[in-house]
Amino acid sequence: MRKIICLITMSAILLLGANIAMAKSDMVEIKGSDTLINVVQKLAETYMSGHPGSRISVTGGGSGTGIAALINKRCDIANSSRGIKSKEVEDANTQGVNPKRVVVAIDGLSIITNAKNPIDRLTVDEIGKIYRGDVKNWKDLGGSDTPINLYGRQSNSGTYDFMKEVVMKGEYSPNMKSMNGNAQIVEAVKQDLGGIGYVGVGYVKDAAGITVMQVASDPTLGYFSPLNPMDVKSGKYPITRPLNQYLNGDPKGAVKDFLVFELSKEGQDIVESEGFFAIPHEYHKYNNSTLGRTGEPEAKDTKYSVEGRDGA
Amino acid sequence: MAKHSNLKEKFIHGLFLFNGLLVVIVLAGIFVLLVSKSAPAFKEIPLWGFLFKSTWNPTATFVSPTYGMGSMLVSTFMVSIGALAIAVPLGIGTAAYLSDIASPRVREIAKPVIEILAGIPSVVIGFLGIVLVGPVISKIFRLSSGLNALNGSILLAVMALPTIISLTEDALKSVPLSFKEASLALGATHWQTIVKVKIPAAASGIVAACMLGMGRAIGETMTVLMATGCSIAMPKGFLSSVQTITSTIAIELGEVPYNTTHYYALFAIGLVLFIITFIVNMISDIVLHKYQKVVK
Amino acid sequence: MIKKKQFTQILGFSILRACTLLVMLTLVVILYDIISKGIGVINWKFLTTMPTDGMTKGGILPAIIGTFLVTVITALLAIPMGMGCAIYLNEYAKDGMITRIIRMSIRNLSGVPSIVYGLFGVILFVQLMNIGTCILAAGLTLGLMTLPWTITASEEALKNVPNSYREGALALGATKWQTIKTNVLPYAVPGMLTGTILGLSRAAGETAPILFTGAAFYLPYIPKSLFDQFMALPYHLYIMSTQHHSITKVRPIAYGTALVLIALVFMMNLFATILRYKLRKVKTE
Repeated sequence: MRKIICLITMSAILLLGANIAMAKSDMVEIKGSDTLINVVQKLAETYMSGHPGSRISVTGGGSGTGIAALINKRCDIANSSRGIKSKEVEDANTQGVNPKRVVVAIDGLSIITNAKNPIDRLTVDEIGKIYRGDVKNWKDLGGSDTPINLYGRQSNSGTYDFMKEVVMKGEYSPNMKSMNGNAQIVEAVKQDLGGIGYVGVGYVKDAAGITVMQVASDPTLGYFSPLNPMDVKSGKYPITRPLNQYLNGDPKGAVKDFLVFELSKEGQDIVESEGFFAIPHEYHKYNNSTLGRTGEPEAKDTKYSVEGRDGA
Repeated sequence: MAKHSNLKEKFIHGLFLFNGLLVVIVLAGIFVLLVSKSAPAFKEIPLWGFLFKSTWNPTATFVSPTYGMGSMLVSTFMVSIGALAIAVPLGIGTAAYLSDIASPRVREIAKPVIEILAGIPSVVIGFLGIVLVGPVISKIFRLSSGLNALNGSILLAVMALPTIISLTEDALKSVPLSFKEASLALGATHWQTIVKVKIPAAASGIVAACMLGMGRAIGETMTVLMATGCSIAMPKGFLSSVQTITSTIAIELGEVPYNTTHYYALFAIGLVLFIITFIVNMISDIVLHKYQKVVK
Repeated sequence: MIKKKQFTQILGFSILRACTLLVMLTLVVILYDIISKGIGVINWKFLTTMPTDGMTKGGILPAIIGTFLVTVITALLAIPMGMGCAIYLNEYAKDGMITRIIRMSIRNLSGVPSIVYGLFGVILFVQLMNIGTCILAAGLTLGLMTLPWTITASEEALKNVPNSYREGALALGATKWQTIKTNVLPYAVPGMLTGTILGLSRAAGETAPILFTGAAFYLPYIPKSLFDQFMALPYHLYIMSTQHHSITKVRPIAYGTALVLIALVFMMNLFATILRYKLRKVKTE
């Protein structure tokens, strides 16, 4: 009996050892932004079906979680819907991590309200006031007498950060309900007549029951919608942002191969099919320098420039 | 020969003693680790403000970050007390019925039902809070969303009920038969016996049961995370969305960079949670032991 | 004519009956909702294939396997440690300070919130022991959480072994350990397992301790080593109902996952109950 137990234990340990050696060698671990998760997952699935033997795992947790994992050397790629913060770069460097950035998609951050809400346009200023809690009722904006119910993300979200830094320029109202992901916000606003939320544009492409706000930075220059690719790519829509992936040091091997795929025409087609926008020329050049490539990129649209807005 | 086996015996005894002590080490270890990871937080955050200021905004960038547990503490206690308000009467009533009035057949059915209820994972209960209880609450109270403290209280009550029922049943069963017989002999009805004799006699056991149920409610994470709406403001009532201590840890621990004030602060609120549940459990223990002494 | 006393009794009994019915009804409602909305999704494919199309189609195989693997690790920690502690308390310990402290620790450990175990697991296993977020870290964390269950169950089982068994062996000259090994354990182990299975069924359904010690949103593969991350049924249910990018589309999958999870917990409970029943039968024969 004892001999059998010893034998089993020995073989288990041996198997374990063999597994440890093999296990993590060629897997690409991607963690982070919820905004990016379904498009990166789609990209990963397509890539893996075209490259049998490759292994890519995609987990969420928010941009902050992804960057924290990159800094703690627990992932290969961090999805981030905001720019890395200087404090995070410092922390990374002390841990011996050198963050490098690749831009994989462009997002027009969408402000959504319930479909029955008569208001269909807001200025950036008004959005800021709403989310800071300065304006509490739709009637103050010309709508019906309904209290405004704020839906947003949690502090681990890059979208949460981006809204705060770029749109609100102030702290969130504590009455905001922090949802776990973009989809939850959409569902909540669908059911809430007084609701307002912010989500990546990929989450609003088929959504019924919500209105996507037209936004203006300066009302005299006009209101623009994130559903209009021209407005997003030309920078007329005021709240666009690059969707980033951060790596540790120069990309090599399996990580580099996947990045190259993401930025190829096939990859960017997938990005657009998920409701986001393909990256323009300027970002392709930037990406190439990170990837260590030269030569013309396979960019789709080479005419438009976007003033990237980083959260940092 | 005897000496050899004597040594072996002593060694084995020591081994088991060590195993027993491991339990103490684990408990102490949890406490020590929590304290060591929270202590650095208090270099920057004054204790009074930490416990009683109501604003929790550790990622603030336009103002300085604030680490106030006030709203979280109120939210945690609100949902727990709400849960008890539902579970205690229901639990005691059910226990009294099962221990004294129900036929053996009913008891045969009820026992597994309650055990199964106790075994339902918290995430499933939280899921039902989103898909079942939430829409009902929003319809009844004409709210936009049913994710609030009331939802959390109902779900936590469901989770605390099995504990309260079985421990109260035990307490009622331990009341000496002589109490019941004396009461009936004096002409009281069965009902009066239960209400005026048995339940008061089992009072400490019942209190211990409720405290344990409360401990469960306070420490529950997934259920409240999914069903209470996660709004960090001080709740205005049971129909407000709230965020408990457990939800905050679950939400923020994943993203916080190691060894920052925010990181330490999360451990600090974990420590507060640990202390609260520790105290609740100790009280329940003390009450139960006093009770057992009295009955004996 | 009904006297006031009897009327109060009838009323009182009805209230108590109503309480009990309400409690039982709660379980019925829970089971009905999950079974009715989840059963449509369950088929052989659902249980044996990987999720596809951004997890909006396909099955939950990796979650089932992940839960299984983690539970095995939990058992490997909780059973020996639990049995050992119970043996000490029941066979060796004398009434004293140490014994009281151990018992108090067990009671308190069972009251520690699951998220606090998660915090402890992150520090001890993920960071200090540097095994990272993986099946092993999550299993060890859950193992610690299950300890109070296994200790209590094992102690019960040991108590049920009649003292005459021990005395008989000692009278024949056996040492203490020999007595335990041959005359106590074989009779106690089945009972120990019963309680342990119940504890494991709890561990299988827990989410908070595995949130930060290894559970993953989506893995395209079955974990091959203990140091891999894993998908798990309770975490899968959590993300399908809150974090997923099309939560209404995947609602049926969420229901299916919930159903598989409670079916798993239920089966483990049933197994333990049958075991307990069989043991009682053996004892009375």
